[in-house]
Amino acid sequence: MAASFETARQVREATEQTYKYGFVTDIESETAPKGLNEDIVRFISQKKGEPEWLLEWRLKAYRRWLSMPEPRWTKLRFPQIDYQDAYYYSAPKQAARPKSLDEVDPELLRTYEKLGIPLREQEVLAGVAVDAVFDSVSVATTFKGKLEEQGIVFCSISEAIQTHPDLVRKYLGSVVPPGDNKHACLNSAVFTDGSFVYIPKGVRCPMELSTYFRINAANTGQFERTLIIADEGSYVSYLEGCTAPMRDEHQLHAAVVELIALDDAEIKYSTVQNWYPGDAEGRGGIYNFVTKRGACRGRNSKISWTQVETGSAITWKYPSCILQGDNSVGEFYSVAITNNYQQADTGTKMIHIGRNTRSRIISKGISAGRAQQTYRGLVRISPKATGARNHTQCDSLLIGDSCGAHTVPYIESRNRSAIVEHEATTSKISDDQLFYCRQRGISEEDAVALVVNGFCREVLQQLPMEFAVEAQKLVGISLEGSVG
Amino acid sequence: MLEIRNLHATVDGKPILKGVDLTLDAGEVHAIMGPNGSGKSTLAYVLTGRDGYEVSEGEVLFRGRDLLAMTPEERAAEGVFLAFQYPVEIPGVPNTTFLREALNAVRRHRSLPALDPMEFMKLARTKLKALHMNDQLLKRPVNVGFSGGEKKRNEILQMALLEPALAILDETDSGLDIDALKVVAEGVNALRAPERATLVITHYQRLLDYIVPDRVHVLAHGRIVRSGGKELAQELERTGYAAFTGEAA
Ligand SMILES: Nc1ncnc2c1ncn2[C@@H]1O[C@H](COP(=O)(O)OP(=O)(O)O)[C@@H](O)[C@H]1O
Ligand SMILES: [Mg+2]
Repeated sequence: MAASFETARQVREATEQTYKYGFVTDIESETAPKGLNEDIVRFISQKKGEPEWLLEWRLKAYRRWLSMPEPRWTKLRFPQIDYQDAYYYSAPKQAARPKSLDEVDPELLRTYEKLGIPLREQEVLAGVAVDAVFDSVSVATTFKGKLEEQGIVFCSISEAIQTHPDLVRKYLGSVVPPGDNKHACLNSAVFTDGSFVYIPKGVRCPMELSTYFRINAANTGQFERTLIIADEGSYVSYLEGCTAPMRDEHQLHAAVVELIALDDAEIKYSTVQNWYPGDAEGRGGIYNFVTKRGACRGRNSKISWTQVETGSAITWKYPSCILQGDNSVGEFYSVAITNNYQQADTGTKMIHIGRNTRSRIISKGISAGRAQQTYRGLVRISPKATGARNHTQCDSLLIGDSCGAHTVPYIESRNRSAIVEHEATTSKISDDQLFYCRQRGISEEDAVALVVNGFCREVLQQLPMEFAVEAQKLVGISLEGSVG
Repeated sequence: MLEIRNLHATVDGKPILKGVDLTLDAGEVHAIMGPNGSGKSTLAYVLTGRDGYEVSEGEVLFRGRDLLAMTPEERAAEGVFLAFQYPVEIPGVPNTTFLREALNAVRRHRSLPALDPMEFMKLARTKLKALHMNDQLLKRPVNVGFSGGEKKRNEILQMALLEPALAILDETDSGLDIDALKVVAEGVNALRAPERATLVITHYQRLLDYIVPDRVHVLAHGRIVRSGGKELAQELERTGYAAFTGEAA
């Protein structure tokens, strides 16, 4: 555990800038013309050689999007987004999709190395397969062969559309329909890539699957789409990480993630979100408008979301679970850190439909600087969900006097046998704790990192080992300059 | 080692220390006694640099250097340790993590290599054993759910690990049974060395049966009103503080 604090310091000492992922890769890209219209949608679909049904699906979403209102029910404050002032497709130029890593542009491999995500198999983290998405497209997927031996499909969604069209067609949009909300609708029209996972019946995926998203090009939106299907009795643990260069303008990231767990299947989905948060004055940073939802379709299925949200100028996301199958379980573990001028409106929805469905929510929100953060959570118990249970624990920690934390729980229970519990606390990081640490020789910044890591412990413990240390470091780094 | 000269300090604008003079030489153990509210903890906090404890006059030299100019963490790294009267809880942070982080911060300052978790555990176990403490203490979050006695023992464990040049113990004896008291005393006595010094703040004479001080000072109304040898503690025990607080008024 403590190793992380050492490393956090080393990271800090090694970099001038707080955001160490802020570099730009100099690479030739193929880009669609600026702006958004039906031709752009057609362009993207054609670039990917998509079947007709998918183009129609995209166009339908696009037309619907035109008339949909922006979600305005949050506490988030930001100017109207000019959708015509962005690029919707940007791909590093390479002859064809590389068949092996030897064909991947070395500049790209170096980029991922710099990000701490080596893609060459002999160097990769043991037991972690990686799909690397650069701007709009997937550039490499590791360990594919090894996974295929067990019938596991782990590839970019563009590839899956070609190789597993039936699975894609059956499940795409089945959890998050295009018309769900404006951001999801835009994604449906213009999504460019993302990851696809299928775990066959009874297979326990032998390694962590991970996607690493990188926005590089300027003025480019990233619209990735992830689809994970866990067939009966299977298990998979999946992790996504993301970073972007430092830029003065805001960039839009509107992703959709759909999870489907069939009978007795379990999906564990972890996110370490570290998009560029903007500078200390609130210039630049990613608008992270993400729709993530999992359907526990089968009996005894389980979906567990763990998120560590430290980046982005604005975060808008509510990873949710639809608990359809009897005895299914939904979990949401969240750490959200907002510093400087960052804003986050995040939480979850637990929709209990099946009998004896259970959900657990642990949310840890940390606000510093002038940041504003809202936990927004819905627990809905439908009439048939006899024996449903929910427990929600929602803790906020404030650092300084200029930030804010808000908790907005919605509880709708239509079954009298259900038990729904909600606990919430708000506290300030205490001078007593900081002084106690400092009296032992720990610097003020390390003391903040230590106390906050302690505050988040229950959530960080949910992360796969390989990423827990990384996440702990991030906690410290993202709170730099928040005291003193 | 430590030279306090005419030290005045205020808390919330209220004068608490009103001219404290005290010289503590290396190898010595001094006791500071005084009634509740006389400013003992305030003195400890001023020496360790806590925010809100403003020095309005006077100076403090630690090994010839201006102690008051240093940040709290610098003072700690230079070897000033405070065993808190009320140790602080840090939920979710295992005691081992905290202790190792502290030890490595201090080691870094002294240009010593950091200890990895294995090395640290080995060292911590040795210290625990010497102090007759239970391993469980290391795994639990810092002071969370600790009994009063466990919290105080934990302070002594930290002191034993950090091996400070100057240890200040703020009423580490209050509320302890006789066994725990002996542990505290053993911890302090084990650190007695020609290059170290200890300031034992206490309300009762009892602890001084086990930690025999070289000097005893009585603090009342923000000033040291009397100093003497170890027999002064016994005298206080007999007469109570009233006589001294009267003198100070
Ligand atoms: N944080 C504080 N805020 C206000 N007054 C304080 C604070 N700390 C101490 N005091 C006051 O300073 C005086 C000395 O307190 P303290 O140093 O704790 O005494 P002792 O440790 O000798 O019992 C008391 O009158 C106490 O009320
Ligand atoms: Mg006191």
